[in-house]
Amino acid sequence: MKTLAELSAIRDRMKNKIAVREGSNETRIVVGMATCGIAAGARPVLNAFVEELEKSGLAGEVSVSQTGCIGMCRFEPIVEVMRAGEEKTTYVKMTPEKAREVFEKHIKGGKIVTEYTKAEGLN
Amino acid sequence: MKELSLNILDIAQNSVKARATCVKIEITEDADTLAFAITDNGCGMEKDFLANVTNPFTTTRKTRRVGLGLPFLKMEAEMTGGSFEITSKSEKEYEDHGTRVFASFNKNSIDFIPLGDIVDTICTLIHGSEDIDFEFSHKTEEKEITLSTAEMREMLGEDIPLSSPEVLAWVRDYLTELY
Repeated sequence: MKTLAELSAIRDRMKNKIAVREGSNETRIVVGMATCGIAAGARPVLNAFVEELEKSGLAGEVSVSQTGCIGMCRFEPIVEVMRAGEEKTTYVKMTPEKAREVFEKHIKGGKIVTEYTKAEGLN
Repeated sequence: MKELSLNILDIAQNSVKARATCVKIEITEDADTLAFAITDNGCGMEKDFLANVTNPFTTTRKTRRVGLGLPFLKMEAEMTGGSFEITSKSEKEYEDHGTRVFASFNKNSIDFIPLGDIVDTICTLIHGSEDIDFEFSHKTEEKEITLSTAEMREMLGEDIPLSSPEVLAWVRDYLTELY
């Protein structure tokens, strides 16, 4: 049975880690979460990234955040990836499965999954 | 929307944009009806804007002149024979400002959209707005499920953000177990 008290255990476990975390996010994953994104399926995409991040233990270097309408509603769910020393990558028509693949190959492996990016997705 | 929980996420994002510090999400259910209310203490809306807020051509977004969140919800509720209600007090006129959106659905209607993954919605809201106090409750005839991020914060202390992946994983497991 899960209890609120477990949160204080999480606190004790994380205390030392959190100072390291702040300001060191080199990679940012941004998911569009306006009405258009939500209707197209952005919620499970976002949570797939959050889960992968939790599993990977990379929370110090990688952050996942939400934003509003990116302005290309027909390509939602849209995910933007910003990595240090790299141009912004825009992934379109994402799914939780694609999200896990992008996390594995791009975030961890440093290799852009071009077949899901905007230039390719336009066709 | 394919799930009512997606509408709840969408509407609660309006509260976030309205700079609310506390957002209450209450779902009540019996055999025939599902209803939910989203209440915030945000900036509220003035009368003129409120009067037109369910018109798809009323929006605050800058990228285009269409806003579909509230019109969708109103349509989905009314299609089932349910009801929709929005009330608001603007911060310009009231001390106790804020907005309340209420929708009820007839569960027996063929047009009733299922609630879907409400746990995913709560996790998404906490992830996106860690500084806001969310008070969630879901009351059915058998049980009542509640979660308060203010209570969570008390256990976690000041230094651990609610949006940490570890905390969100706990929220997911905690709520999933209660359901």
